[in-house]
Amino acid sequence: MTIKPEQNLPPRAGFLNGVVVPEQPGKNAIEVRGVRKVFGTGEAQVAALDTVSVAIRENEFFTLLGPSGCGKTTLLRLIAGFDFPSEGEILLYGEDIAPLPPFKRPVNTVFQSYALFPHMTVAQNIGFGLEMLGKPKAEIQARVARMLKLVKMEALAGRRTSQISGGQQQRVALARALAPQPKVLLLDEPLSALDYKLRKEMQIELKRLQHETGITFIFVTHDQEEALTMSDRIAVMSSGKILQVGAPRDIYDRPAERFVADFIGETNFLKGTVVSKKSGVASVKLASDATVAAGFPEGFDPSGAVTVVVRPEHADLVADAAKGTVAGILANVVYFGTDTHYHVKLDGGDNFIVRHQNSRSGAVAFAPGAKVGIVFEDDGARILRD
Amino acid sequence: MADPRTIDIKDQPGFRSIAILCLCVLYVPILILMIFSFNTGSLVTHWEGVGFGWYGSALLNEEFHRAAQNTLIISTSATIISTIVATLAAIGMTRVKPWRGLPAAFMVINLPLVVPEIITAVATLSFFALIAGAFGLNFGIGNLILAHTVFCIPFAYMPIRARLEDMDLTLEAAAADLYATPWHAFRRITLPLLVPGIMSGAALAFIVSFDDFTITQLVAGPGQTTLPLYIWNQIRRPMTPEINAISTILLLVSILFVSVSFLIARRRAK
Repeated sequence: MTIKPEQNLPPRAGFLNGVVVPEQPGKNAIEVRGVRKVFGTGEAQVAALDTVSVAIRENEFFTLLGPSGCGKTTLLRLIAGFDFPSEGEILLYGEDIAPLPPFKRPVNTVFQSYALFPHMTVAQNIGFGLEMLGKPKAEIQARVARMLKLVKMEALAGRRTSQISGGQQQRVALARALAPQPKVLLLDEPLSALDYKLRKEMQIELKRLQHETGITFIFVTHDQEEALTMSDRIAVMSSGKILQVGAPRDIYDRPAERFVADFIGETNFLKGTVVSKKSGVASVKLASDATVAAGFPEGFDPSGAVTVVVRPEHADLVADAAKGTVAGILANVVYFGTDTHYHVKLDGGDNFIVRHQNSRSGAVAFAPGAKVGIVFEDDGARILRD
Repeated sequence: MADPRTIDIKDQPGFRSIAILCLCVLYVPILILMIFSFNTGSLVTHWEGVGFGWYGSALLNEEFHRAAQNTLIISTSATIISTIVATLAAIGMTRVKPWRGLPAAFMVINLPLVVPEIITAVATLSFFALIAGAFGLNFGIGNLILAHTVFCIPFAYMPIRARLEDMDLTLEAAAADLYATPWHAFRRITLPLLVPGIMSGAALAFIVSFDDFTITQLVAGPGQTTLPLYIWNQIRRPMTPEINAISTILLLVSILFVSVSFLIARRRAK
């Protein structure tokens, strides 16, 4: 057996922008290769996507996460066919679909505004794609009935889309996009118009639908919590680039860049200087003169002045300041119900937040003004690229 | 609760009296015209009693029938042609990539709204005279249909364009996403949603064609008398309340069309 050279392929495992992408089994449903998208001409030219490469596996719940204007929706539109890349290829199961118009791509979209056809009933909306594909009437009817059942909307099949609630419209939009059994389903911030409770419900619903249909989902959101709870893998984007691709846990626990750590969850940033390093762990001298051991991403060689990040829940308070990795004065205690935040003014001048999970037995044992120590969990401190 | 920042127009001094004056100036003459259509006497200025005699004689009047027939043929044809042209123009100007001549095209379409009608009338007359002289061509009533079509286009165009611009473009994107070719997306999504705009545009076109006088007066040949021309000819003779009856019928037709147009527009706004 010969092994084909894969020099031209984007990295599936190995480095992506210097980040380790763990190898996982499965075919690639979508491969984005070196895609650039430029809007405008001449001086006014803006690169909405700046040479993006990413592989999305079959049957995966993949999320494009980033702030508005990061290019996530542009990438989705390129995959759907509403826009065409300025450069690069988009492969669907190995076939370049980038030049095809949207009606020739076996890919369907759930729009942020749902875009339900107002002059049609719920059932007609769901059957539209199948009808356009020229399926026989009996098959359309059967599939529409199945879709209605899947999204629990059987009772409202004959209603106009203006006569149903926002949450129900959302379900119809999902059913309509799933009915033609696309190879990939694209979801453009579909939950953003729903209220908090309904959004939580739909998050679970979406996971269930993805599981039951076995269709690859590409989900666009700016909501980090949504991304963390639903995704198999997340691509964090900023300014037209993908900064990190990984499972929610990897992204949260081992952010590759300062932007990722800052965008997802809360993080403490501590300034320091690298004094020594060996096999992925560096000793960093902080402003308070304390020295901490901090991990760093592979392919990154920290030296000199660096920023150390510690998640608030990866640290704990101790009453004996001398036993802490760092020490300071407890400035403020904020009670959140499920947990308590301790704001500590470190000896070196930095601010530090420790999050402590509340329990029935645990009482708030620290009072503002007290001298406290902070202990980092193993691997809790990491050095990141700015 | 009234918002203190807004001013209630009804509280402004003199509002009520000015409003009543304006309404009177606008509608009292029309009201008097309608009242005298029920006069039993034969003078439009001297009231004798209530009766429907003049409606009877109007409805039996052969000339009135011919004029009504001409008007109906011209207005219906002009409405259909201008609405089709306006629909195509509106689609061509809202659903394409912006092109260089777009603002100019928009101006050209709307030009008949701002050019004094008498100028259009004289120009149209000379145009038809020219082609009649040069090629010996005369389209008969077709001349009038053509002339009416031209000035009906901007009236039909405006509500159609407004509807197209209001329409959510994502709907068309969604249709394309669901395997509809551009033609199918237009046929199944854009066109059905455009129908209220088209209806409203057609109603407007019909009404401006229906009561056009200036252009018709200049372009119309013998035997091409329309209703407004017929009324004009009648009032040059000793007037009878028959003319009031005919005018009232015309007014009711106009009101009917404007109401239909308005109701369609209101329904789509919901």
